Amino acid sequence: MLKIKNLHASVEDTKILKGLNLEVKNGEVHAIMGPNGSGKSTLASVIAGREDYDVTEGEINFQDKDLGELGPEERAREGIFLAFQYPVEIPGVSTTNFMKTAVNQIRESKGEKPLDAVAFLKLMKEKMKLVNIRQDLLSRSINDGFSGGEKKRNEIFQMAMLNPKLSILDETDSGLDIDALKIVSNGVNALKSNENATVVVTHYQRLLDYIVPDFVHVLMDGKIVKSGDKNLALELEERGYDWIKSEN
Amino acid sequence: MSKDDKILKDFTSKEYEYGWSVDFEVDQAPNGLNEDIIRLISKKKDEPKWLLDWRLEAFEIFNKMEKPNWANLKIPEIDLQSISYYSAPKKKKELKSMDEVDPELIKTFEKLGISLQEQKRLSGVAVDAVIDSVSIGTTFKDKLSELGIIFCSFSEAVKEHPELVRKYLGTVIPSKDNYFASLNSAVFSDGSFCYIPKGVRCPMELSTYFRINASNTGQFERTLIIADDSSYVSYLEGCTAPMRDENQLHAAVVEIYAGNNAEVKYSTVQNWYPGDKNGKGGIYNFVTKRGICAGDNSKISWTQVETGSAITWKYPSCILKGNNSIGEFYSVAVTNNYQQADTGTKMIHIGKNTKSKIISKGISAGHSQNSYRGQVKVMNRASNSRNFSQCDSLLLGNKCGAHTFPYIDIDNKSSMVEHEATTSKIGEDQIFYCLQRGMDEENAIALIVNGYAKDVLKQLPMEFSVEAQKLLSLTLEGSVG
Repeated sequence: MLKIKNLHASVEDTKILKGLNLEVKNGEVHAIMGPNGSGKSTLASVIAGREDYDVTEGEINFQDKDLGELGPEERAREGIFLAFQYPVEIPGVSTTNFMKTAVNQIRESKGEKPLDAVAFLKLMKEKMKLVNIRQDLLSRSINDGFSGGEKKRNEIFQMAMLNPKLSILDETDSGLDIDALKIVSNGVNALKSNENATVVVTHYQRLLDYIVPDFVHVLMDGKIVKSGDKNLALELEERGYDWIKSEN
Repeated sequence: MSKDDKILKDFTSKEYEYGWSVDFEVDQAPNGLNEDIIRLISKKKDEPKWLLDWRLEAFEIFNKMEKPNWANLKIPEIDLQSISYYSAPKKKKELKSMDEVDPELIKTFEKLGISLQEQKRLSGVAVDAVIDSVSIGTTFKDKLSELGIIFCSFSEAVKEHPELVRKYLGTVIPSKDNYFASLNSAVFSDGSFCYIPKGVRCPMELSTYFRINASNTGQFERTLIIADDSSYVSYLEGCTAPMRDENQLHAAVVEIYAGNNAEVKYSTVQNWYPGDKNGKGGIYNFVTKRGICAGDNSKISWTQVETGSAITWKYPSCILKGNNSIGEFYSVAVTNNYQQADTGTKMIHIGKNTKSKIISKGISAGHSQNSYRGQVKVMNRASNSRNFSQCDSLLLGNKCGAHTFPYIDIDNKSSMVEHEATTSKIGEDQIFYCLQRGMDEENAIALIVNGYAKDVLKQLPMEFSVEAQKLLSLTLEGSVG
């Protein structure tokens, strides 16, 4: 599904990714771990197509399509979803309205008719159950005054609504207490299928107790320096990143 | 070109949608402003002597006045002698009903999405349509008159209800009020008149639609709304003009009177031609709007969505004379390209326990300048009065300006005034968030801007609100940063 080859990316002339390779297949869950500043969030943003980042070398293929020329909205319509580390506030715009605009624009881009109010409401009700989110939260200005847990749950709700092929969860565990973490993870797991894939970007092993990865990659200094299965995450937790640094 | 600049450019480059003009025969006065022209206008309209005298007196006052220059606007010299002060679609005979209106005119309004045909009464809005200087017809008259409501053109009111016109004309905005109000008092050609009798709740929205069509003319309409004790009316005003290279002057006056327990809601969607991308052409919009809450427990609420005009100079205000009376002002003012707006309100608290609320949302894009100017004045005997003001500015791009000029003048110790102000830019983060969910930039900006203006837009009647949202998106199409 996703093939990243020799990816180099920089922001304002600072090189952050320096030759990263990654392949994600249908039905897989990959975890990207690494210390602060290793380039994890940059990787997430670059896949999503954020324009502040310049891809200087290498390529990203998604379902055999080169993403290089596609804007963020086109990538989203291809089925790439980014759950933000810091979900953005938009005063006066409810999550419901936000999602209605998004869902219908994606449909429009595929030549489908927009959902009418009834069909949209039905879809919302269904997905709300999945991530255990309350209606009143969806009627409020998106992320405005939300708690950390509410913001992350709202991200997963949006993911459920848009039903992406590839979901990238950028530090979704940051700022969550254990209950919120469980709810968010349950949502992610419920959405998993053989047709889609998940990339979990995280600092800590904790999240991986709930979202169990098939592969764990360690990102350091802009490159993946070690890959393994879920046991690698446990080992990292125990021995710290310095262990890998010393190995390299 | 950076990403921001590109979005900005695309979003601001939309063409004005109402820029066409229609050919119909007009009866137009020669250019120039003098006593003879005023006499001519008055004669054309077959006015009584008292009104002509009132006009001439206003003209005398006007001649002694100077054009105001305190606003944060660069106003080019306006040559008042090069304008025609009267232009009317030629009528073949007196119209008995809407059926006799020139089909070309009906078509004009249909093109604007405004139905003047009574059979389309489903829309539930009574419309008075004013082209250039004169009203061409008012819908739903019969139905309204059953309730004793008078809704007609100003000229008709002068003929049919002179006692009402004479009693209220100029009482809220005297002809000496300001330069543009004086000019209007001297040369106004038509407008709408509305009277709601005691205890009557007007069952439908009343609406006036203004269209400038002829070139080289000014539009000077005058609206007078009288809400007698315990009555209610919601009034809408819309306006558009053709695209022309030269600037056209619009100087209107709106007066509102509210008796005891009466309530008037006045909503405007102003979409005069704003000029082209380089600032050529466009309407100069100098408008005086004021309401008086004369009676106890009365309420006047102004809601405006200002998207058009090259220059907007406009401060819809409330005089809160009755005890417990309430004044409200909700405004969204959008400027793009080289537009300039200096707009806001005045809340004058005279009665006891009076309350006012000001919510102003300015949005500036392109090279435009957008100013909020507002005054809150609490007089000595206005005990326990309250005001809350919130003035927010949103900037799109880095070539535009947003300014806030609040004047607060309190002469009563038991009163309380609050003022909040914010200035923000549409964030790249916000746009990226929307894009990542599959929206394109235009929709993203429209969503963010409409969210920002929501507190004001929700005050508008339903149909109008939808129109206003579309208009906001269109006006800003092509702009962010």
